[in-house]
Amino acid sequence: MARSARWNPREKLAERMSSFQNGQLWRSIFRPGSIFRKGYADSPRNRAYVVMNSLLYHLHPVKVKRHGIKLSYTLCLGGLSFFLLILLTITGIYLMFFYRPSVDLVYSDMQRLHTSVSFGLLVRNLHRWGAHLMVITVFLHMARVFYTGAYKPPREFNWIVGVILLLLTLLLAFTGYLLPWDQLAVWAVTVGTEMMKNSPVVGDQVQFALLGGPVIGPETLLRWYTLHVLFLPFIIVIFISIHFWRVRKDGGISGPL
Amino acid sequence: MPTPDEIYEQVLSEETSKGSSPAVAQARAKAARVRAQKGAAKPATPAPEASSGDGDGAQPAAQAEAQPAAQAGAQPAAGATARPAGTATKTKPAAKPAPGNGAPATKTNGGGNGAAVPERVQRLLAVVKPESIQKVERQPMDRVNVWPHLMAAEFLALLVVMALLTFFSVAVDAPLRELANFNQTPNPSKAPWYFLGLQELLRYFHPQVAGVTIPTVIIIGLMVAPFVDRNPSTRPDDRKLAIVLFTFFVMSFAVLTIIGMFFRGPGFNFTFPWYDGIFFEL
Ligand code: HEM
Repeated sequence: MARSARWNPREKLAERMSSFQNGQLWRSIFRPGSIFRKGYADSPRNRAYVVMNSLLYHLHPVKVKRHGIKLSYTLCLGGLSFFLLILLTITGIYLMFFYRPSVDLVYSDMQRLHTSVSFGLLVRNLHRWGAHLMVITVFLHMARVFYTGAYKPPREFNWIVGVILLLLTLLLAFTGYLLPWDQLAVWAVTVGTEMMKNSPVVGDQVQFALLGGPVIGPETLLRWYTLHVLFLPFIIVIFISIHFWRVRKDGGISGPL
Repeated sequence: MPTPDEIYEQVLSEETSKGSSPAVAQARAKAARVRAQKGAAKPATPAPEASSGDGDGAQPAAQAEAQPAAQAGAQPAAGATARPAGTATKTKPAAKPAPGNGAPATKTNGGGNGAAVPERVQRLLAVVKPESIQKVERQPMDRVNVWPHLMAAEFLALLVVMALLTFFSVAVDAPLRELANFNQTPNPSKAPWYFLGLQELLRYFHPQVAGVTIPTVIIIGLMVAPFVDRNPSTRPDDRKLAIVLFTFFVMSFAVLTIIGMFFRGPGFNFTFPWYDGIFFEL
């Protein structure tokens, strides 16, 4: 028998893995230059391919100004806002599994989330603290952009998109605030929406449209839930896409000062 | 004196006979035509320029366009000694004297015998002014690869924030008070913290001003800021006014928010948190 004396499972596995990575399936998934391809080497060409030949190319160019990656300039605040949005999406979807937006069920669903859902409380905490943090990072990002003068031509329009993103972030946070349906939630929202009632002429109509009635009730819950999990995320993703696209079209990160 | 178009034709045929690819031949012919056009506009310039730069003291080769073809066999080297020749190359002593008729220095790539003087072509390439062929818009600058430099930094920031947020979430639970009850108004009732600045303003202004006018002015003011601030500089030293105004705006709002958070107790009346405790939940 031509077999070697000792049968080495480890070696065998490595061999299998290697031939799998050389196979058609693996190579069809990971395009040339992917770090997951067999024989990835750290060459200038591959460094370009990692970005250029993958989905990343929608977010990043191959190269950026050296000054643009300095942490002291952007403080990574825009990137962190985006990361927090992704985190909120993931944790939010998990919460949706256990949440029914009907006034009879919602509060007991919240309690069950705390007591009998695996990681329910932790995920809720992540979602809530992450949301507060995102409001802060978006605001600080705006301040950074202002202090570096990055809103000046050609970036005026992206600043406007940014202001819309700030409003959308606040709206997402505020609509989410109602959903636990406890005393804290409904009264905070009552106070918040009382302010809009004061709009000239259409005040009452605005408040009626937002609450689905003259006061907070079951319609409000369903309405805000839909806004919070569907409508506003949808809109913010569109504006973020425009925002990122414009960052690149406006010549990458502004500066140096 | 041939017109630029004639020069174009001439260089094109020379290049083609030399065996250059059509694209290269055309590009060289176009470049020669542009040079001829430029030279024709100010025919006097080539001579002094060339003589001043010519270290060898050889004849400046302000060369007539007809020359290259004629001398192709006999004097291939001469074609190279165009304007910058003095600085860039060693002019061969045998360089043919220029016809001396003040003809513009149209450095055609003439002398169809490229193989005999291989360096000649390269010298000419170095002479071509960029704007005669293409416009260079982007300045070269110091750039780094996104992978790994930017992505490593982003990933690190992500990990740090994720870690901090996880620790915080393990340590501190989100509040869940008793079931909503519309007959029992908590005292005080506070808006979420990011609206507390506005709620604070309600204490000082008519509801319509605090709840509608001021927020609208803020939003519109932010949106038009780039169009109002017409100062093109981004240096902090040049933008003192903008910085002072924005800082004042942010600070006022921060102060209002902090008062709303910690210094307002039952009835939204003023309290000191160290006497009466904190009436505030996130
Ligand atoms: C959901 C909220 C937002 C997200 C996810 C976001 C994301 C980003 C990212 C990733 C960048 C790249 C540079 C950096 O990280 O600093 C950026 C740049 C920029 N952002 Fe935002 N942003 C948001 C909100 C805003 C707001 C509220 C404003 C201003 C009102 C704004 C204005 C700008 C401008 C003008 C730039 C270009 C900055 C430069 O070139 O230096 N963005 N944004």
